[in-house]
Order: sequence, then structure tokens, then C-alpha cells
Amino acid sequence: MAKQPIKKNQEVETTGHQWDGIEEYNNPLPRWWLWTFYACIVWGLWYVIAYPAWPLVQGATAGYKGWSTRANVAAELAEAEAANAAINAKLEAVELTEISGDPELQGYATSAGNAVFKTWCAQCHGSGAAGAKGYPNLLDNDWLWGGTIEDIHTTIAHGIRNTEDPDARYSQMPAFGDILETAQIDQVVNYVMSMSGEPQDASMVAEGQTVFMDNCAACHGEAGEGDIYQGAPNLADAIWLYGGSFDTIKETVTYSRFGVMPPMGGADLSEAEIRAVAIYVHQLGGGE
Amino acid sequence: MADSQPNAPQSLYAAREPVFPKRVYGKFRNLKWVIMIVTLGIYYITPWIRWDRGAALPDQAVLLDLANRRFFFFWIEIWPHEFYFVAGLLVMAGLGLFLFTSALGRVWCGYACPQTVWTDLFILVERWIEGDRNARLRLHRQKKWDLRKARLRLTKWVTWALIAVATGGAWVFYFTDAPTLLVDLFTLNAHPIAYTTIAVLTGTTFFFGGFAREQICIYACPWPRIQAAMMDEDTLTVGYREWRGEPRKNSEAVKAGAAQGDCIDCMACVNVCPVGIDIRDGQQLECITCALCIDACDDIMAKIGKPRGLIDYMAFTDEEAERSGGKPKPIMKHILRPRTILYTALWSLVGIGLVFALFIRSDIDLTVAPVRNPTYVTLSDGSIRNTYEVRIRNMHHETREFEITVKGDPAISLELEGVTDNKISVNADEMFLQRVYLVAPPESEPAEEERSEIRLWIEDMTSGERAYKDTVFNGKDD
Repeated sequence: MAKQPIKKNQEVETTGHQWDGIEEYNNPLPRWWLWTFYACIVWGLWYVIAYPAWPLVQGATAGYKGWSTRANVAAELAEAEAANAAINAKLEAVELTEISGDPELQGYATSAGNAVFKTWCAQCHGSGAAGAKGYPNLLDNDWLWGGTIEDIHTTIAHGIRNTEDPDARYSQMPAFGDILETAQIDQVVNYVMSMSGEPQDASMVAEGQTVFMDNCAACHGEAGEGDIYQGAPNLADAIWLYGGSFDTIKETVTYSRFGVMPPMGGADLSEAEIRAVAIYVHQLGGGE
Repeated sequence: MADSQPNAPQSLYAAREPVFPKRVYGKFRNLKWVIMIVTLGIYYITPWIRWDRGAALPDQAVLLDLANRRFFFFWIEIWPHEFYFVAGLLVMAGLGLFLFTSALGRVWCGYACPQTVWTDLFILVERWIEGDRNARLRLHRQKKWDLRKARLRLTKWVTWALIAVATGGAWVFYFTDAPTLLVDLFTLNAHPIAYTTIAVLTGTTFFFGGFAREQICIYACPWPRIQAAMMDEDTLTVGYREWRGEPRKNSEAVKAGAAQGDCIDCMACVNVCPVGIDIRDGQQLECITCALCIDACDDIMAKIGKPRGLIDYMAFTDEEAERSGGKPKPIMKHILRPRTILYTALWSLVGIGLVFALFIRSDIDLTVAPVRNPTYVTLSDGSIRNTYEVRIRNMHHETREFEITVKGDPAISLELEGVTDNKISVNADEMFLQRVYLVAPPESEPAEEERSEIRLWIEDMTSGERAYKDTVFNGKDD
């Protein structure tokens, strides 16, 4: 008992503080509390020596334990890598088409692929994979270069129209501003618009069809259905990569488009990561 | 202070004065023994009760399976999304403490608090090994550490340590399969967290029960301060009938010739007190209302032929009434007051609500998270598609197949990622995440409107049980 025994009617020293007539006894603190306080000071001294503590001009004292959050993160990442080594090896070994039949592998690849996507792909395709003007939406069922798991895998590994990877998918649409008359371009734009909706000027559609058959059908197909082997977009569907207005299509026809995607294979991503992100993209809703 | 005592400036710090509670016999002591046996029994035995739940689930009756995020309590199984049961139980525990404190004061502190129960157990061990109060006092005052003192102290500390290890050890059994863990602990195969937990709890039990004791209640525990706000003039606490006892024997007043009160100043109440106070000085913050002084005093009163209850449970209103010659209120009138009745009603209300929730809860459940990035996707034929992440929980102990359907605008059709027939199979006691697509054809109302109300249903194909969640379908008009 730290409290001094107080007998009835005995005067007790108070702190002199009063609140609404209530006074505060001036009882001594327990001795062990003082020792706890000293123990905390000793612990604090040890802590300052053991852990990073004093700020210096550049950085801080390191502490004899060599503890650092960066090293901890690196260790945890290495631990996670090691823990995932087996399933990553399995992911690399199986046929691409067989992954979806293995719930464990599919689940892992989807989660891992989500993380890879957010790190490497979201900058252009958006964190929700909805794309942007010139950057394909990966959620829909329209694919420039094919939507099977193998096609997606090839696209991610080698990229599109880049110069770094000799295996990159490649094609180039000519700039028809140098080839066609302005009137012909107006005609063909109206025809292209008529394939999926309403043209701006219906009277030009018939002439536009002739221009289309002569200049565009070789790549985009006679019905404008596109060609995944050349990355030629489907012009008859409701999806536009750069926009479906008259002005935008006219701009596309006149100056052409040249969308580039870097190769993700090689230095950037491991085969397991490429496969994981391919699986992730494939299960977003458009996979074939 | 002008009117303070003219003594030398006192030290800012005071050493703990050891307390040597004397053995006491009586009804409150017996009640405390019973409560100690019951609470310690529940604590130590519970993890070892088995409860068959089939091969897939653990057979431990009470298990907090944090790794798999399941709480098991006999026939009840709590999933993370049912955590409101835990919240409800905590609310009940809080209201229960309000109730008991407003009716009976610090009855929790005096009878049921682990600090009190384990300290009581440690004092029991102390008495068995070193003897009762006087023997312990002698041993304490004996400066020289002879063989006897060393033997007694060592025996006591080792016994305390064993109890402490068993206490810390019992705790970890609530979190994993007890028989397996016991073997692992001895073969050094258990997880470091298990050893650390046992070590920490062993240390705290040994130190708090053996050495810190009432210091924890007085200086470390916030509960006594909170309790003060819940007590009122009708609350029963342990008190001394000063108007009956005083002037006590040996007091200045008696020496001067005044008639002696009932108190013979035998110090029995002080000697049995586990927190080392004199209850005759009035109710004080150290008092945990363990009622042992009542037992001690009743015994003395019986021996000197006076009525019992010089020290007794009483309320502030009784004190005033008795002092002015009136009669105290019956105990039940103190306990049954609007305040305690309200607490009881609230407590029961939450309890009934929880039991009700327990009986109506389903073994299947779903949550629906609409994908909002982007809100919709235009497909190549111009139709509008919304995506939903549907989590289906199968709380049956066997694999079940579920069919997902949509109710709302008939134009909206449903597709599942990676599944062709809208049926998915969910393993026993698992949650399954399924991407669900709703597609509205071009020009249809839901495709053109800003949003349409829809309802997603799941049906357990085995039992026909159904569950739904309402959500919205986003069209192009934004």
C-alpha cells in the first residue's frame, strides 16, 4: 500500500487544488511506479543505440541491430517469392489452355495477374482495364489481335509495333491523305459509319463503298469485319478505339494510326507473371 | 496548507506495504471459493471439450480459429461476416457490468475479475506453503535467509510459476486444436507465437498474482474509476455501521468514560482484507468489495454475542436511515430499481435479438459488389454489360451447387465468367468469388437508362434455399 493510513478526522495534506469544493489528496506515488519509469529510461537508451534514432544531415544513425523497414520489406518480398516459387513453376510448366481447368492455378494466376496488371498495364489500359482513346478496352469482346489466351499471351510478351522486340506484332495502316482525294475520304468515312450505325451523309455511302472495296477491304475485310492477324480493327461493330464520330474517323483515315505497346517479356516480367496477367485479362469478360 | 499536519515533508514515493490476508470462514468466503472453482474450471477445461462437426471441420467445442477466420462454439459457427454476434456479446457484457455495478457495486472486482480470482488462488497456495497470516508475517520479518525460508519461498514461487504456466498455456488452446498443440508444445514443434503468448501470460500471471496484487486494482486498472460513475446512493457496497460500532474499544472516547460501541477493535476485518485497508474508515477506492471483512466481523460478533452485520452490504440510503434510527430498505428494493430494471431490459433485448438472429440465419449467403471501374462496358454488338463480383458463402458442411439468376427488367440476361450453365459449385464451408455479367441488348430500356433496379438470386440446388441481394444496372445515360 502506497497510501498512508488515514484515520478518521485526521488532517491529510492536500495538493491545494480545489474543484467545486473537492480537494485532491497529496498521496505519494508508489515506489514501483518510479522504478518502472527508470526502467523505461533505460529501455529508451537501449532503443536509441539499437535502432535508427538520431537524425543526421543525411539519413540517421543506423543502430547496432541494423534494422530497417526497407530491409524488412525486401525480406518479406523474398519470403513471398519463395512461398510462391512452386506454384509459379507450375504456372510456367502447364499448357496455357489448361490453366483455367485448375481452380487453384486459375485463382492464383488471377490474383497475381491483377497485381501485375495494376503495376505494369494500368498506366495505359486503366486500373479497371477499361482503356482510353487509343488504348484498347480489355473488358469488351472485341480484340484487335485476338482474344484467346494464347493470343493475349503473345501480345503481352512481345507487344505491338515496337522496335525492341523482333517478334512484336506489326502492321501499319497507310495515311490515306496522301493516296485519296478529300472527297473520297469523306465518302469512305460515311460508308464506314453506315456499317455500324448512321452515316453523316447517306448520299455518299454508295461511292464510299467503292472506295472501301478498293483501298480498305484488303485488311479490314469486305464487310469491315477486321482481321486479327493484321490487327485490323472490326469497323462494323459498336466499338471504336479512337472514336466513331465523322471527324475522328476522317482523321484516322487521313493520317492513319500507329498504336504501340512495349514488350513485357524479357527484362520486365517473368514468364509466370506474363502468364498470370494473361489469365487475368482473359477472365475480365472478353476472353475467347 | 495552513491546516495540514506539521510533519516533515513526506517523500514523493512510498514503498508497497505487503498485505498478509488472514484465512477467513463464512458465507461470502464460501461463495468466493465456488466462483473460483467454477471460473477456473471453465477456463482450464473448455478447450478440451470435443464436439463432432464431421471430418472437414475441427472437433473442438470452443475454438477461435483465427487462421481460417471461424469461431466455433459448440453447435454455433461464426463466420467473419457474422461478427455482429461478437459485437452483440460485447454490448451484453458491457450492459451486464452496468447492471451489476449499479446494483451491487464492485461485485465484478470482488468475485469474478481474473485478477481477483488468480490472486485468491495464489494467496491460497501461499497459505498452504508458508502458513497463515502470522506465520507469513514472521517469515517476512525474518531478515536472515536460512534454509527454511529459502525452501518455503522457493516452493511457493515454483508452485506459482507452475500455475502461471498452466494459465498462459490454457489460453493458447482456445486458438488451435488443443491435443495437437499440447504435443507440439512439448516436442518444440509449436509456433513461436504460441510460446511467446504463453511466456507473456506466464510472466503477467506470476507477477500480477504473486507480487503486484492489489497494486493492479489501485493503480493500473481503469475499471474502478469507471465504476464510480455507475454507482448511486442505492448501490449496495460493503460498509461499516459506524453508529453501532463506535466508539470502539480502546478509543480515546471510551478511555474517557464513554459507552463502548459494538466494535471491539479486534482488527479481524483489517487482517483478512486482501487490499490492506480498514473498512471502518469508510468506503474507499481500494475496496474491491470482496466481503471477506463481513465474514470476519460476523464471526467475531457471534463470539461476543452481538448481532451480525457490524460490517455488511449496505447502501448509502441505508446508512442515513439507520443513523437517524430508521430501518434499512430490504435488499431487493435496492436491487430492483428503475435503473437496474432498464439495464436488465436492455441486456435482455440484445440477448433476445442475438438468439433470434442465430435462429433465422441462413446457411447460404451472398454479397454483391458491382464493378464501378468502369460502370459499364459496350460490347461489339452495342449491348451494355455490367459486371458484379458475387461472393457466395456455403456454410453447409458439404459441397453445394448454386444457380445464379437475375430478376428485374426481362431484357437483362445473365452470364457467368468461365461457366456456361449459370450453375457453380461451392466447396463445403467456403466462400467462392464469381464474376457475374448482366447484359442489356442495344436500344433496350436498361441499356439506355441511367440505372435500373435489379435483384440477384442464388439458389441452393440441393435444398432449394434461396438468398438475394439488390443492386443496380448502369445504362449509357450518365
